[in-house]
Formats: sequence, structure tokens, C-alpha cells
Amino acid sequence: MAEHDPQTVKVVVVGHAQHGKSTLIGRMLAETGGLAEGRIEAVRAMCGRRGMPFEWAFLLDALQAEREQGLSIDTTQTRLCTERRALVIIDTPGHREFVRNMITGAAPADAALLVVDVTEGMQEQTRRHAYLVHLLGIRQVAVAVNKMDLADFSFTAFADVAADARACLAELGILPTHIVPLSAQTGDNVARRGAAGGAMDWYEGMTLVQALDQLAPAPRPTDLPLRLPIQDIYKFDQRRIIAGRIESGRLRVGDTVLLSPSNKTARVSSIEAWGAAQPVLAAATGQSIGITLDEQIFVERGEVISHLEAAPVLSTVFRARLFWLGRRPLAAGDRYKARLNTAELQLQVQEVETVIDVADLSARSDGVVERNGVAEVVLRARSTVVLDPFTANPATGRVVLLDDDDIVGGGIINMRGYPDQRHALTVKSTNITSVDHRVGQESRSLVNGHKSGILWLTGLSGAGKTTLALELEQRLFRKGYQVFVLDGDNIRHGLSADLGFSPDDRAENIRRVGEVAALFARAGMLVITAFISPYRSDRDRVRAIAPDLFHEIYVRADLATCEARDPKGLYKKARRGEIPDFTGISAPYEPPGSPELVVDTGSQDVAQSLAVLLDYVETNLAIKAKAPRAGRERR
Amino acid sequence: MDHLDALESQSVYVLREAFSRLKPIALLWSSGKDSTVLVWLSRKAFFGHVPFPVLHIDTGTQFPETRPFRDRYAKEWGLDLIVGDCPPVEEMDPTLPPAARLAARKSAGLRRLIERHGFVGVVAGIRRDEQPTRAKERVFSPRGARGGWDSRDQPPEFWDQFKTGVAPGAHLRVHPLLHWGEVDVWRYIRREGIPVVELYFARAGRRYRSLGDSDATTPIASTAASLDEIITELETTRVAERAGRAMDHEAEDAVERLRGGGYM
Repeated sequence: MAEHDPQTVKVVVVGHAQHGKSTLIGRMLAETGGLAEGRIEAVRAMCGRRGMPFEWAFLLDALQAEREQGLSIDTTQTRLCTERRALVIIDTPGHREFVRNMITGAAPADAALLVVDVTEGMQEQTRRHAYLVHLLGIRQVAVAVNKMDLADFSFTAFADVAADARACLAELGILPTHIVPLSAQTGDNVARRGAAGGAMDWYEGMTLVQALDQLAPAPRPTDLPLRLPIQDIYKFDQRRIIAGRIESGRLRVGDTVLLSPSNKTARVSSIEAWGAAQPVLAAATGQSIGITLDEQIFVERGEVISHLEAAPVLSTVFRARLFWLGRRPLAAGDRYKARLNTAELQLQVQEVETVIDVADLSARSDGVVERNGVAEVVLRARSTVVLDPFTANPATGRVVLLDDDDIVGGGIINMRGYPDQRHALTVKSTNITSVDHRVGQESRSLVNGHKSGILWLTGLSGAGKTTLALELEQRLFRKGYQVFVLDGDNIRHGLSADLGFSPDDRAENIRRVGEVAALFARAGMLVITAFISPYRSDRDRVRAIAPDLFHEIYVRADLATCEARDPKGLYKKARRGEIPDFTGISAPYEPPGSPELVVDTGSQDVAQSLAVLLDYVETNLAIKAKAPRAGRERR
Repeated sequence: MDHLDALESQSVYVLREAFSRLKPIALLWSSGKDSTVLVWLSRKAFFGHVPFPVLHIDTGTQFPETRPFRDRYAKEWGLDLIVGDCPPVEEMDPTLPPAARLAARKSAGLRRLIERHGFVGVVAGIRRDEQPTRAKERVFSPRGARGGWDSRDQPPEFWDQFKTGVAPGAHLRVHPLLHWGEVDVWRYIRREGIPVVELYFARAGRRYRSLGDSDATTPIASTAASLDEIITELETTRVAERAGRAMDHEAEDAVERLRGGGYM
């Protein structure tokens, strides 16, 4: 006998209703000696009372409602030993109305067994389950082509279904570990090879039990960066212990750690353990631990402890690919409670980008996600969220949505097109104090004859920001205004020459422009900026730098209009895929929520738009009574 | 981290989650092996403390060996022990089979304690591998106002996110040992040196594998008189853990009906 691997592998069994999942598990239990004495006899008696033939599924379907209706309602777990290892087999219901129970069963699994009835082939729930298994992060999938006895053990019938299954999984990037033709009813190729009379001798692969024996536990993410979400803080005695489970990475006593989103740092004084023979000096992924810090800083549940390097992402907006279990459909504008590890916060659905049809993986964009549907959505939080993209760290890259107190959805996070806001939220040099000027804001305004400010034009490429900014600058200058345009191209040649167009670099570019614009404005100037500035969070941050001076002006034209204008030929390039992260095409544009002014360049010409802008400036920034330099206009 | 470490860590996580989210909360301790492990895990989770009451439902027909065990460790471990009694069997649903009807007294006793103290969380030491309806359980399992379990409409539960909202008068059962196997429990008892009542060890060729009331529990044939021998026995036996629990074998739906009425 091969050496027994002590690690348990959890295998979830999925597939369409009535394709034989529970029956197959029941048969496997019986054939591997995993059933207690009397179980078979008990099931025989149950079936006898109902006047029906022996039903293997009754070993799993323990609820009376399941036995009466002949279907699985809820997920169940059982244990089974193969030659090398102990398996936890997780049965799941195949009916569409019980997807929530299928997800509950599948979420903790290391591997999946997809069961397909050879006489029916891949059905709707087969494909849905395959997709959900993939979404949950399971990459080891074996396939059982069941009920071969009903297809006369035909090789061609098997080969057709196997090819379909392989193609479906290939679209998800999964290569099945094994595809086994079998019959749960007769037991052929389950634990014992072949069928009576050599009817399946054309199959030379493993039995199902042998195939399951080959599956491995999902590796623990010990090599990923440290993530320790804080679960609770205990003060049972003199110590103040911070409790939590290490979701990834390692932690040592003496490490300097960063808390997010509060951005505080501290050193780990001790790792506390009750009943340990000697002091614990290090801990790793999967361990529920308690630590003490060298500083009495305020920390609370929901914060995430990491090292200073490789910190998690901070953002108020992120994308998720989610499965929706709620009774009412999910739509843009809806608000939900969300949990990310131990953090709980309020979210709003900013946009439902695509709804994915799991039958053929096609995507449509009609904006509403029905129950049991899958969609790609943009979620916005009221506060800063600590997260990782799922591909970087599965344990901290997931979000769960709640309606009141009910779990209604879950999703895996990606940040495509969105920047990490950590840099922008952090003041690195702390050793500075601001200087109070002896020349006040008001004095400057009086001398200049107008208030200072930042006219922040935002909009798609081609909406007309630069054109309007330059025209406005000229007109205002003639009226005697101290005015200056900060434009994308000239800033990028100098101040931001070190930056590219990734979401992070864009965010940093806007931060710099905002700071410079604020300095100009504090010096008494009227500053006009012309940047796409697609992210609401970036614009809000500029507003926060100088809230009294900031005027957000939305230069509005729809994508089709801008693309038709395409003054620099950029849209054509972007459509050809030559420009990555192009706003409107491959990166998002988030329109202002409540701008000070909207200039609709889609429906009005430049002169009309300019008039709107001039009127706004005259109304809000001119000092009417004095107008000391009015003479210049007559020049 | 070995297999037992992983089981322990998951249970500690669940206990801390329950303590953080559900107040007031209590832990059910029968003085049997599973709930004693649960008390031990609580001391691990909370660094030597058990920061909530420990409930003991006294049926009056327990094995006499369990009471001194309970009192000794309640004192030694500084537990806030609350003992509740049970109504007489005559008040229980007469349509239940006899042993199940006796067991229903425990559900009623627990219900009284919950009503008296207003607990919204009750931690119980059940495991999936004990009994097929328990294999269908959630870690945080909602119970109705009468303590009932609606097995046909359980909430989704994934990524260690649990349902923590409770309607007025209802409560949540919390099951930190759901993922443990019987032999895991014994290996952990051996590793940690956790005390257990002597009824589990064989005397004169018989021992108890699962402890219920003395009037509804029979011992199994066994020579396992030490922890090592119990573990060896469990690695090979095909006798079910609850073979000696009469209520499990009276009718196909007896346990489901009991649990639907608030049993553990």
C-alpha cells in the first residue's frame, strides 16, 4: 500500500440535476468500505417502505423532503478513504433553485468532480456549475461521464460527451485531470474496472476512485505577502491582544507591521498562545493567532495587518465578478452591506458592466443581474476598502454582499482600470507644518479684481476640454483676469515626465496637477485644467486639497460623439488595441456626481459652450463692484 | 501546520467570530467528549478564558459519573456554569418514538434557558460525521423562535462569512466542530491531554462511544481501555459512533424531527 498522505482533500461533486451525483457518492462510499455497519440495510428498509428499488442516493439525502421528492436540496459532506488519502466528499444539489446550497458546498473545496449523464450530455446546470467552480477559484476538475449502462457502454456516446465537457472547461482555462466513463448504478469503473462482458474494455484509464486519489490539496498561500485581518481585540487581563487569522504569508515577533486602512505602523512584541510550552516566535498562513504591539495605537476589527512592503490595495472603488443569490435583481444604484474578510462596510453598485450567460459565456450589458446570475460589476464604498485583486491573493480578493442580514452574493475582485489609492492617501513626510502667509487670500483678490480658483474640466478625450480651456483663458485674460491653463501634454513633458498611463500613474499625475493648481490658486490666479481625470476619487481628492477653490466642470459629450471627432486619432488606435487603458474603451470614465457646472459639448457648439463658461466665471468669480482693470478690455 | 492544527485553527476562528458577532452567547457543555473539547478550544481562542456562560442541561437521568466531572472542571477552569432542568417526558410530543421523546426533554430544557437569558448565540459541539442530518448543517445555523431548524431553507455560507443577523426571539446555533471527525476528536484529546469521563474507556469488554441519557444509551463491545486503543479501534471499526443511541434507530426520521424541534 502506498504511503498515506495525512492531508485531507475536499472534493465537491457538481453537475445537472438527476445526473447521478448523490448516487455516485453513495456507490463510492459502499465500494471503499466507508459505510458503517447497517447503513445499507437501513437504506434498503427505507426503499422497501416506499416500494421502490434500492436508492444509493439515500445514503446522502438525509432529509425526508429529499427522499420524498427524490432530489438533493442541501449540500452534505461525507468522508471517504482512497489508497493514498482521506477525502471529504461534498455533495451538492443540481437544481437551479438551490444554487446557494451548491455554492455553500463548493466554496471550501480543493477540487471538483463534474458529473454528466451520458444520455443527456452537458446541460444548463452542468455549465453553470463548471463556471461557478472556476469563479470560486477551483482549478482541479475531474469529469465522470455517468449512466454508461444506459448507453450500452458505447465509446462514441462517451467520446461525444467527453469532447463537450473538455471544450466547456477549456473555455474556462481548465484542463480536466481525468474523464472517466462509468455507471454509478452498476458500479462499473467506480472502484472496480470495466463492465460485465468486457463492454468498456475500450477504456484504459483509471477508475474514478483512482482518479480522485490523484487530486491534491490546494496549496496554502504561505509565500504570498502577509495578510492578517483583525477579528477582535481582547483585554481579558493586562495584555491587549489583537486576534485574527493569517490569511496569507508569515509573521515574526519583531516585525514592523502596517495597519490598513488607518496607515499606522507598529512592531510586533509577542505572539500570544495559551498553553504553549515555549514562546511562539513566528506564525504562518492558516493559523488563528493573537499578537501584542509595542505601541498602544487604536486598532479595530476589520483592519488588515501587513508588512510595510507588499501592502494591500486601498480603494474606494473596485470591480467584482460576482454570483448573485438575492431574491430581487441587482442593479446599478442599489446599496448593500459588504464584507471583506472581517471588515464590514456600505457599498453602492456603481455599474453593472456585463451580465454573463454561463451557458455560452456570452456577455450582454442590459444592466440587471437576476437571481443565480453572474456579472461583472463596479462597486463603490463610502469609506476606504482594504483589498487585493483575487489573482494576487485569493483570500483577501473576495467580497460578500448582504441585504439586511442575509448573504445575497459573492464575488472575486479585480482592479482593472482602477488605481491603488494608497499613495494618494498617504503623506510621506510628516515633519512639516504649513506656513501662514502675511498676504491674505482676500487682499490678492482685491488687487486682481477677481477671486482665485481652479476650474477643473473633466470629460472624455475629444469632449473639447483643451479647446474650451484655451479659448476661455484667452477671453478671460483679455478681461483682465490672472488666468493660466494647465494642460495634459505640457504637464506630462515636465512635472510628470516620469509617469505613464497605468491607473496608478494616472492617479499620481492628477494628484500632482491638483497640488500645483492649488498653489497657483492660492497665489491669486484663476487656473483652468484640462485633464480627462476619469476617476471620481482622484477629483474628490483634488477638491479636498482646496475645497474653497475647486470648481468641477463636466465637459459632457457621449462616447460616440467623441469617437467620431477623434481629433488626435487616438480612438482608432485604441479600438485596434494599440493603446492600453484608454478611457472610454478599455478603462472606465466615472462622470461627476454633482459638478458645479455641466457644459454639454455634445449638443452645443464651441461658442455656446464658451458663453456658458464665461457666464459661470462672471457670476461666481468676478468682483463686480470694483472691476479695476476694466479699461483693458477696450484695447 | 498539521491536520489537527488546521482543525483547531478553524474552530478557534469560528468561536472568535461567534463571540464578536453574537451577544449574549453561551456554550452547551454536556460533559461528553465533544463539548469538553469545545470548552478546551474556547480557552485556546480566548487565551485561557471562557468569556461566556457554559450551559449544562440536566435531564436528571444522566450517567452518575458525569456530574462530578462537570463540577470538578467547571471549578478548575473557572467556568460560568449555568445548569438548567428539563420538563417531564409527559409534556413532550407524544407522536415521537419513546427514546426520541425522552431526548426532546433536552430541547425543551435548552429552550427555557435561552428564553430566560435571551441568548442569541448557542455554541454546540455537533459534527457532520455523527449523523446524516448533521452532515447537512451550517456552521452558523439559524433557529426559529421555538428553537426549530428549517433544514429546507438554510442560508448560503461561504468564505467563512456567516449569517449573524437574528430575528427577535430567534437564535443562531454555532457549530465550531462541524468539520471534525470522531477520530480527530480523540487524537486531539490525546495530544492536548484533555480530561474525559471514564465511561468512554472499556470495562469488562464494553465501552460507551457516545454519551446520551443513561436510559437511552447502550455501550458497544470494545476492549479499548486507553486513548491509544480507542484511536486504533476507530481507525478500523465499521460500527457507527451513535450505534448505542436508541433515538437514532427508532424511526428513519426521528433525529430529523427532533432537530427540527430544537435538538442539537
